[in-house]
Amino acid sequence: MRIVVCAKQIPDPATPYKLEADSHWLVRPAEQVLDDTDRYGVEMGLQLAQNSDGGVTIVSMGPAGSMQGLRQALAMGAEKAVVIDDPTLRGSDALLTAKVLAAAIAKEGFDLVIAGTESTDGYSGVVPQMLAEILDVPALTYATEVKAVEGKVTIHRQTATGYEVVEASLPALVTVTAGVVEPRYPTFKGIMEAKKKPVDTLTLEDLSVKADVDQKVTSISNAPARSGGAKIEDDGAAHEKIIELLAQKKVI
Amino acid sequence: MAEVWVFVREFDGAPTPLALELLTKARQMGETTAIYVGTGSEKAFARLGEYGARKVLHLDPGDSLVSAPVARAMAERLETEKPDLILFGQAYDDRDVAGRLAARIGASILSNATEVGIDGSTSHEIFGGTQIAEAEITAGKPKLVLIRPKSFAAEPMGGEAPQVTAIDLPEVGRAGARVTGTHVEEREGPKLEDAAVIVSGGRGLGSADNYELIERLGKLLGAATGATRAIVDAGWVPYAKQVGQTGKTVKPDVYIACGISGAMQHLVGMKDSKLIIAINKDADAPIFGIADLGIIGDVHRVLPKLIEALEKR
Repeated sequence: MRIVVCAKQIPDPATPYKLEADSHWLVRPAEQVLDDTDRYGVEMGLQLAQNSDGGVTIVSMGPAGSMQGLRQALAMGAEKAVVIDDPTLRGSDALLTAKVLAAAIAKEGFDLVIAGTESTDGYSGVVPQMLAEILDVPALTYATEVKAVEGKVTIHRQTATGYEVVEASLPALVTVTAGVVEPRYPTFKGIMEAKKKPVDTLTLEDLSVKADVDQKVTSISNAPARSGGAKIEDDGAAHEKIIELLAQKKVI
Repeated sequence: MAEVWVFVREFDGAPTPLALELLTKARQMGETTAIYVGTGSEKAFARLGEYGARKVLHLDPGDSLVSAPVARAMAERLETEKPDLILFGQAYDDRDVAGRLAARIGASILSNATEVGIDGSTSHEIFGGTQIAEAEITAGKPKLVLIRPKSFAAEPMGGEAPQVTAIDLPEVGRAGARVTGTHVEEREGPKLEDAAVIVSGGRGLGSADNYELIERLGKLLGAATGATRAIVDAGWVPYAKQVGQTGKTVKPDVYIACGISGAMQHLVGMKDSKLIIAINKDADAPIFGIADLGIIGDVHRVLPKLIEALEKR
């Protein structure tokens, strides 16, 4: 089974995010990390590939930079990576991102595309669905469990109150939640091997996609700040303060 | 007159609360049509009317996964009708349909909006709600916007029963998928979205077993219990309990955050609670920046005492 996993390099979420002054685009340092939500997709892909004698290709859009994040996915076990890095893609919206990923994925060929439910930095939450429509495949979304055998994929699709069982024929696209599998940590051997694995860099011209974006951020302002109230050190009787407040608010 | 479509997903035979919020907003901007996805009933349609829908396009997906057939049915309809705005909620089926529809008709989408105008201008809370971004769609209509839950209050207006048109779902060929089973997880106490009081736990609890403290306190207060993404990802509690950016947005009267440091991802989902009480060991934890009462202390000490005292009352 040919598996493509969509993965994104993002600024380290542990550092404060900044926007560029005029464009309001996110500042992206050369060193970006693999979006944590994509580790689940990579792991899911690797497990399914192993069961079906296939391999995992990573497809990613954005500034390649040091490729630290992509190497992380390769170190986990993916065979190769394709990165679409083009300066005209700065400020892309969800639709342009989906068009670019779809073109790159179609070029690679696939039986199953796996993506996270949303990126940590942009979180529009609609790119995989757009991608599925462009590729004309079903989007089995918010999976907490994925099985793929004999040309068919079956998932547990998370709902607000539990889950649904959803099935479709391959080719298909699946989005995975953090609960789907436990991502492996790259081994030393994996990290060394990742350095030698192929990374194809593509531009928009290679994919014949036009960089049209029909939305823009017009301004940024500070939200009205909610200020903290009393802060007390627990001296063994802090719970009484809580009870006092709850009683005052008639909760108890 | 301006026209607004609102995507409405049926849940338990009725429109979701989120859809009623969107209908309330939509009717203030123009003539409102509900795109109702579900089995449908006189009662459900009447409810759409009460919240301002003048027309209903009814699509019954049966056992099909809704996204592809509903998106394509909407796209077909949009060949002859041109609403100014189409509103969706930031919710699962909404996202699936909106994404596919946008790709099908080549429309840009703005996600996670907390305010919207008929011209497709929107507001978004970014960086954990510390900043507001204003955005706009520069292409023509229809403009597609996804709205975060609880951005608007749902208010009935006593509108009449709407005019309902049933729409057949198109064949979608290889893009189709089927729902073959549904499982509902058992839940004690009120739903997170509706609860007046919420008790939530985070990493500071130390282990999955200690979530029991949250459940005991929740039960004593008649509260719903929530969690941070960190402990959901760690597998301590199910996703249904997650509050935050990628979980539920809540605005209860009282929110008690236990062992929660206050990552932006979490704050954005609960910062609009009327009263916030936080218990955390780290005096510099960001949660104290928005807490009305902050207790610098160990949840393993404070919570058992609190539970014991409440049990005695």
